[in-house]
Amino acid sequence: MIKPTALALAVATAGVSLTASAQTEIEFWHAFTGRLGELVAAQVEDFNTKNPDYKVVATHKGNYSETLNAGIAAFRAGEQPDILMVFEVGTATMMAAKGAIKPVYEVMEESGVAFDPDSYIGSVKGYYTTTDGKMLSLPFNASTPVLWVNRDALSGAGIDPDTDLSTWQNVEVVLNQLKAAGHECPLVTAWQSWIHLENYSAYHDVPFATKDNGFAGVDTELAFNSEAQVAHIAKMGEWAQDGKFIYTGRRNEGGANFRAGSCALFTESSAGYAGISSEAKFDFDVRPLPYWDGVGNAPQNTIIGGASLWALAGQTDEEYKGVGEFLAYLSSTDVQAKWHQDTGYLPITAAAGDATRESGFYTEKPGTDVAVIQMTAKAPTANSKGLRLGSFDQIRGIIDEELEGVWAGDKSAQEALDSAVERGNQLLRRFEQANR
Amino acid sequence: MEKRVTFKGWLLPLLLIAPQLIISGIFFFYPAGQAVFQSLYIPDPFGLSKQFVGLGNFEYLFSDKYYRASFVTTALFSLLVTLASMVPALFLAVLADRLIKGSGTYRTLLIWPYAVAPAVAGVLWLFMFNTRVGVVSWYLGQLGYDWNHVLNGDEAMGLVVIASAWGRISYNFLFFFAALQAVPRSIIEAAAIDGARFWRRFFTIVLPLLSPTTFFLLVVNVVYAFFETFGVIHTITSGGPQQSTTILVYKVFTDGFVAQDLGSSSAQSVILLIVVGLLTVLQFKYVEKRVHY
Repeated sequence: MIKPTALALAVATAGVSLTASAQTEIEFWHAFTGRLGELVAAQVEDFNTKNPDYKVVATHKGNYSETLNAGIAAFRAGEQPDILMVFEVGTATMMAAKGAIKPVYEVMEESGVAFDPDSYIGSVKGYYTTTDGKMLSLPFNASTPVLWVNRDALSGAGIDPDTDLSTWQNVEVVLNQLKAAGHECPLVTAWQSWIHLENYSAYHDVPFATKDNGFAGVDTELAFNSEAQVAHIAKMGEWAQDGKFIYTGRRNEGGANFRAGSCALFTESSAGYAGISSEAKFDFDVRPLPYWDGVGNAPQNTIIGGASLWALAGQTDEEYKGVGEFLAYLSSTDVQAKWHQDTGYLPITAAAGDATRESGFYTEKPGTDVAVIQMTAKAPTANSKGLRLGSFDQIRGIIDEELEGVWAGDKSAQEALDSAVERGNQLLRRFEQANR
Repeated sequence: MEKRVTFKGWLLPLLLIAPQLIISGIFFFYPAGQAVFQSLYIPDPFGLSKQFVGLGNFEYLFSDKYYRASFVTTALFSLLVTLASMVPALFLAVLADRLIKGSGTYRTLLIWPYAVAPAVAGVLWLFMFNTRVGVVSWYLGQLGYDWNHVLNGDEAMGLVVIASAWGRISYNFLFFFAALQAVPRSIIEAAAIDGARFWRRFFTIVLPLLSPTTFFLLVVNVVYAFFETFGVIHTITSGGPQQSTTILVYKVFTDGFVAQDLGSSSAQSVILLIVVGLLTVLQFKYVEKRVHY
């Protein structure tokens, strides 16, 4: 039992510490743990030291889905944080919730901090910007898929590790050679829908969904069952049957296999850099994601995955001013360049990319600029700006299920993708109805 | 002879059952009512607006052949979990009951798994059967069997059944063991004198005498398999490969708490409520007739 005097003292000191700090507290909920969590904590601490008027309090709320759900539940209870990290899949959900968010461009305008939307890299901010160019959320961690190569595995199979792997045609030759040499895991992937359908479509400049992949309206329909995608999935299915492509799961389970050296090629996010570089005990390479030569307009550009920061509605002007300051701090060149170099995530501003190049980072660690080049080499088209589809988390689940049917040999690529499109469209119609 | 207590007036009996009524009201009737109410709408995740759709959510669900298929998956899963948790439990209880010395130690050891949370149990089993580093899958590989629950639906089902049943074996064991202790020795000894051997005594005397316990465990385990297993499924298979381990309650969980489709999720929980309600009524109506108290 607490003695009354002790209780009174506790209350009194709590009161004192509240009044003593005229700081505005900014709550920031994020989904990062481990090394990334430490880096975020360091950013926050640095900001707090430089801006004594504000105190950003960063809280880890679980994985991406859990963080979004925590934010939604808090909003319903009227206790939402100032800043919520939302993964790219949740973008359409947030955009549709007009009364729950405060668009970043408004926050920046009102807080009076310097903000130039043009300084952000087009293909990164495009995902989070309205069709008339207004930035709704601030891209925070953005990555894009690349090809990771275990050079030792290639040389072990008698293949030149510097062989050209820029097209799937070339990759197929290498997969055949690896298989012939008795390699047990020639190709493995993470995030199959993101890499082999979403990015595949953008990279070959074919639509993933109608209405500019959903950017032009919620009455969009899925379109990834066209010839280009079916051909790729059919090929992957064939490789799966022949033991040239090993399926390890819906998320990034394959990373463990690759880092342990048991797989030769690995399609995974550029942000896999931190893990691979620290764990791999073999010689590895980062290459651009392969494309099918002659299909669509490949290579166009790939799209991003990751998360952005949303300001939620219902806070005081003081807090929004602090949010603006914090977002401006995160976008500043030094902070961004450091973030990019530490994590393998893309720089969100062109200036941060330039600063990294000038510092000699790319020559020192070859391959770290592959993702940046792949994203920015060409101006994005309507098919390669990104995706804006409601219920997209569920749609990805459906795609995972259907693809598993192909890998197991139960379904043809055409059947599986047709079915995924049909089931996904029902969800899109429900989303349209919910947000009418 | 039956003992009956009669109360004078209403106040005291009402007061006595009030705690139970209040708890049922707060933790069952209120949320269940909310679920029924919400199942008629398609709300947006933030609770800013909602569209009344009548029975639209139910129509949408029943027109989905994957949802209909998950009834079959659920039936199979529940049957397997119930069997896999009750049969070994009974077997172990019979063995422990025959022990003269040290049965306390066995009892304690057998109860331990019950203390492990379902999600943690899921991770443990997943680790053992992991296709790359799992101990069990490695031994199976040595025997020439290529274990791959990531793509093989039957293996995935087997794995989630084992992981779900494992902790329940302890729970069931406890009840069976207690019930066995209550079987009168005199009857068994009489049968033994008449020349009945162990298995004959077991099937004709012990098993019928255990029937109230067996019936209770049957109801409880079916309810467990229907409602409390999503943690295991979430950690091991996420409902895959394809939809081979997507049981009804897992879909309620993912649609509601991962995908924020609260309308569909509420409709599904209403359906689940009805299914389990019907199942329990059936059990009481038909199976209970064969129970001797």
